[in-house]
Amino acid sequence: MKNTLLITGGLLLAGAVLSLHTGCSKAKATGISPKVMADALHAVMESDRTVYTRNVVNRLQNEENVIKASEHWKDEKALPLPAQMFRMGAEMVQSKNAGFTYSLLSPWPVNKQNAPKTDAEKAGLDFIVANEGTENYYTEETLGGKKYFTAVYADVAVAKACITCHNDHKDSPRTDFKMGDVMGGVVIRIPTE
Amino acid sequence: MLFLGAGLSLGFRIQKADDRSLFLPGQTTAGHYQIELRCDACHAPFGGVTNDACNKCHGAELAAVDDAHPLSKFTDPRNAGRLESIDALHCATCHREHQPEITRPMGLTQPVDYCFHCHEDIAEDRPSHAGLAFTTCATAGCHNYHDNSALYEAFILKHLDEPDVKPAAVRPARLARSSSSAPPLTAAQRDEPRVVHAEPLLVDQWEHSGHAAADVNCSACHQPPGGDPAWLGQPGHNTCAQCHDFEVEGFLAGRHGMRLAAGLSAMSPTAARLPMDPQSGHRTLSCSSCHDAHSVDTRTAAVDSCLKCHADDHAKAYVGSEHHRLWRRELNGLAPPGSGVSCATCHLPREVHRENGEQVVRVQHNQNLNLRPAEKMLRSVCLDCHGYAFALDALADPNLVQVNFRGTPAHHLETIEMVRRRQSGEKQKNP
Repeated sequence: MKNTLLITGGLLLAGAVLSLHTGCSKAKATGISPKVMADALHAVMESDRTVYTRNVVNRLQNEENVIKASEHWKDEKALPLPAQMFRMGAEMVQSKNAGFTYSLLSPWPVNKQNAPKTDAEKAGLDFIVANEGTENYYTEETLGGKKYFTAVYADVAVAKACITCHNDHKDSPRTDFKMGDVMGGVVIRIPTE
Repeated sequence: MLFLGAGLSLGFRIQKADDRSLFLPGQTTAGHYQIELRCDACHAPFGGVTNDACNKCHGAELAAVDDAHPLSKFTDPRNAGRLESIDALHCATCHREHQPEITRPMGLTQPVDYCFHCHEDIAEDRPSHAGLAFTTCATAGCHNYHDNSALYEAFILKHLDEPDVKPAAVRPARLARSSSSAPPLTAAQRDEPRVVHAEPLLVDQWEHSGHAAADVNCSACHQPPGGDPAWLGQPGHNTCAQCHDFEVEGFLAGRHGMRLAAGLSAMSPTAARLPMDPQSGHRTLSCSSCHDAHSVDTRTAAVDSCLKCHADDHAKAYVGSEHHRLWRRELNGLAPPGSGVSCATCHLPREVHRENGEQVVRVQHNQNLNLRPAEKMLRSVCLDCHGYAFALDALADPNLVQVNFRGTPAHHLETIEMVRRRQSGEKQKNP
């Protein structure tokens, strides 16, 4: 009886170790790189952002004229601006410690706090603007003693609402945006250590 | 002798074991002194104060006003460099307790020019700000670190040219007393058990009260459903909360109920730092200390109840003020409902909420919400009756506040004119 128990116990232990080993191998085999993860995250962000801009804000404000989008959407009982929608999501993700962060920046920001600040942000924004959004920018940077994989993606004017709002805003440093212009960039950061 | 001394000392400490005031390292701020002996209201075991403790009481308030500097701004790695100048990740960086020698209004313990750390180049973006001292950002009626809901430029623009007193100066109307279409209950319909002797005066008060009109019988408060069926002689705030949950929640969050919320004995005027009427020392704060339990007349609770205890200059100057004159006129039927200004009008304001698409007016009993800094009162109270510029100037004049607004503001704030100038500059640029 004792021997049977020992053998069973040994088999279970071996199975557990094997299972653990297989699990590790699987994680290695299916592990995704920060770049792949950032690209995937950006695909979701860009799609949601485009859908909201075109099918909610542009349709209801600029085409159907049934409701306005406003920077002060609560007080004005209006739709949040697409950029605000994006930032609210980013802040919510931030408060969840989700393992990555993202922000919407521009060389021509309405709020100057959203101008590129770190070296990677400056280089990334310059790159995507120079390449008219045809290529993304990837780099690594150290902020606050922590290393990050940082990706910068072009944010393009996809609806009339984008350009009219920025061209007419009294705090906008640039007022000649056209459809399809790179208006700024989405910066995604993934800690690598 | 030495042993005797040590023994006496030990005995003293054992006797005072529950007296945690021995552990207070310094005077507590005005916001927290009521609960200072409940150390664990703020401190985690072994002394630390985490943001969670602050958010437990202040989190919802900050979220409601769209905190201009939420934590998520600073946990973003792109702001890591800024944290080297000021650790904005922790509430206690700017609001350290028990440090009376460095504590400024609003419990601020940072030097007042803290905006400099992140906004030092503001004049590049706003030339109008060139030369303004960073000590004035939050102290001149212009900005607030957390709550800018009444201070943002578009809001000021919208209210730029309002008259000092608006033509239709009324506060929001309260809900009807009862949603029931049944006639009010009468004395003959009251349902207290036979063993309870109901005082005729109390019965009379109840019969003419909003409770009787709303079909609220004796048992609803004295034998509340779901509780002990035994007769409850003096129902507490939990009983009131059965129907008035929003109001009780505000009461517990504010100066009157925060001790109860922390599991301490009820607040008493003798424990207050504000000057109180010496005759009120025996009182303790509960719903029924302001709202008479049987007449439940909110007009009494709106002024008379306050002045039974509060005896500071501002409170004492109320009777005879213009606000008080308006209140008397309303009570005497000489002015429209909502045109009078009681203590409660400003300190327990009526809030308009939207619930399921309907407008609902509720009374906010957390008087701390709109009290400091003073401009927080603009949206919730002042703008119902006054123009923005007049109200902002009045709130920024401490002498005028002290005499309960008998007079006009001594100074006109530059805030409004800066907004006006920027607007006219825009118009010239884009006519």
